[in-house]
Amino acid sequence: MTSIFPQLRNNAAAAWVAMFVVAVLLIALPYLAGTLGNAWVRALAFMLLYIMLALGLNIVVGFAGLLDLGYIAFYAVGAYTYALLASPHLAQNFAWIAQAFPNGLHNSIWFVIPLSAGIAALFGILLGAPVLKLRGDYLAIVTLGFGELIRIFLNNLNSPLNITNGPQGITLIDPVTIGSVNFARTQNFFGLEMSSVYLYYYLFLVLTIISIVICIRLQNSRLGRAWMAIREDEIAAKAMGINVRNVKLLAFSLGATFGGVAGAMFSAFQGFVSPESFILNESIIVLAMVVLGGLGHIPGVILGAALLALFPELLRHTVTPVQMALFGEVIVEAEVLRMMLYGLALVLVMLYRPKGLWPAPEHGINPVVQRHSRLAA
Amino acid sequence: METFIQQVINGLVLGSMYSLIALGYTMVYGILNLINFAHGDVMTFGALTSLTTAVLLQAMFPGVPGWFILLGGLLAAIPVCVTLSLVIERVAYRPLRNAPRLAPLITAIGVSIVLQTIAMLVWGRNFLTYPQLVSNNPIHVFGATVTQTKIAVISLSAIVMIGLMLLVNRTRLGRAMRATSENPRVASLMGVNPNFVIAATFAIGAALAALAGVMFATTYGVAHFYMGFLPGLKAFTAAVLGGIGNVPGAMIGGLLLGLIESLGAGYVGELTGGVFGSNYQDVFAFLILVAVLIFRPQGLLGERVADRS
Repeated sequence: MTSIFPQLRNNAAAAWVAMFVVAVLLIALPYLAGTLGNAWVRALAFMLLYIMLALGLNIVVGFAGLLDLGYIAFYAVGAYTYALLASPHLAQNFAWIAQAFPNGLHNSIWFVIPLSAGIAALFGILLGAPVLKLRGDYLAIVTLGFGELIRIFLNNLNSPLNITNGPQGITLIDPVTIGSVNFARTQNFFGLEMSSVYLYYYLFLVLTIISIVICIRLQNSRLGRAWMAIREDEIAAKAMGINVRNVKLLAFSLGATFGGVAGAMFSAFQGFVSPESFILNESIIVLAMVVLGGLGHIPGVILGAALLALFPELLRHTVTPVQMALFGEVIVEAEVLRMMLYGLALVLVMLYRPKGLWPAPEHGINPVVQRHSRLAA
Repeated sequence: METFIQQVINGLVLGSMYSLIALGYTMVYGILNLINFAHGDVMTFGALTSLTTAVLLQAMFPGVPGWFILLGGLLAAIPVCVTLSLVIERVAYRPLRNAPRLAPLITAIGVSIVLQTIAMLVWGRNFLTYPQLVSNNPIHVFGATVTQTKIAVISLSAIVMIGLMLLVNRTRLGRAMRATSENPRVASLMGVNPNFVIAATFAIGAALAALAGVMFATTYGVAHFYMGFLPGLKAFTAAVLGGIGNVPGAMIGGLLLGLIESLGAGYVGELTGGVFGSNYQDVFAFLILVAVLIFRPQGLLGERVADRS
């Protein structure tokens, strides 16, 4: 909390009260949204997934200053890892797997989620290792190409060996099961009925909070300061003894980890994955969230992700009825309008508010610098 | 052997179009150090404008030969693309000329998305068939088949590229462009107006993109709002392959990429025993891009960019 609202830093009581209020709000949120319809609760769950993605991308773009346009590839890697290891698909297509696991592969999430994170991190390193020497704009193009490569492979790896089931995607993916609680069914906790969407909302909430804590800790760590030093001036950072290559690789793999976990959750939540969910536009949407909120500023990024993730839901409920009322027909579809506004947002934010809606209070925030500058002033 | 010749011809056709688009990337990059992401979408606008014009002209003058209608389409597409490109430069890139490097790149992506959605709103989201204006009768050369369109694409791009080389190397504007790309500040001290040179570069690039768009649409017979994106990306790869900022490099890089893609798509099935098919065609460009950037980042002919950071 204190790193979000610095004025609370010296007031422990106020900080606790603020934290309590926020916690109550976050817990009550799906029930408030549920009164508007289940679609909103679903949108809230997706909002949390996008916050995780945006936080991950923020490590790469915001902290380390490496423009990654293929970030969604790591989301895809996580999603497909979960999908393959927790669905009947592989057992149906490979005899030896079917022999070993007659009921299909149904691994526990305690195994699959760390594995998804690990494999995504591995892909991050695989992508990063050869290209990190490149100048920023080359890096952007190569990561974009990498994102497309992953999608092309997901689309085409259905023959001769059917690994990804091609454009049809993988279905019948297991829901999350923790202990005896199956997240796909409505659960009854002490008389309180909770349907599947609500359960996932709370699960994602926990994961998002963990992500936020990790991000804040990273930002204030030695590694976080190294990232920001590289972002500001790579040569100076090198001169200060930072191993630029390793630190950049860590940014890539840690960012990818977030994407991998979010992807695995997406897979479990949807019960279905196909390459269509991982197109370039998705990478750009996540980038727009980070840029709109405030590059490198965690609260800003969360705000950006929340705004842009809930925005389509809002559009869906306003654009069509408004146009029907005005023109009697739908001229601009909500989805098209949404992409256009995202594109405009990228341009306008860069032109008029390059640090985002909720910018970092100081250039390259970290407590040490703040204290020094206060002394100097 | 016939397959080989056929693929080489297809590769040259594809490659000349890549070259034309790559020139736009490379000239802008040479001067501004900016990847103009929206360039591929400018090409889309060229193709779609020429399509609409051609359909209109065909309806108005039914007896006129196809080549003239095609020319009319091209003449409509070029001013549209040039205007579009100039507006983009003025609105989205010029204010950010001294901003950190990521900023113009992010606006470029934004502009690209906006252009795509505008194209989608104007022309719809479906594939549009380009009118059959030129005879499609195959001409047989060494057992391979060529159409008039393909011959026109190859020869016209060759002429245009020679013209561009003359423009860059022999004219006042060309000299100003080379000077600006070497050192904008000194160039402006020597009486070059950098804003004019940059605008001219964008305009030339856009005109070439319009030409490439018309060629794409006539060769493949379809046009749609997303058609420019992938060729744009590949043309950028071609520019990097040839050495970004280097005008002859972009031409050679484009042709080479077209040949590699087309031969690759033709033979990858045989070479890998059917494991990978021609559906992996798009992979080649990206693999080449990564390989070039790792092993020879300055490209085949070397980049002509003064590194200022």
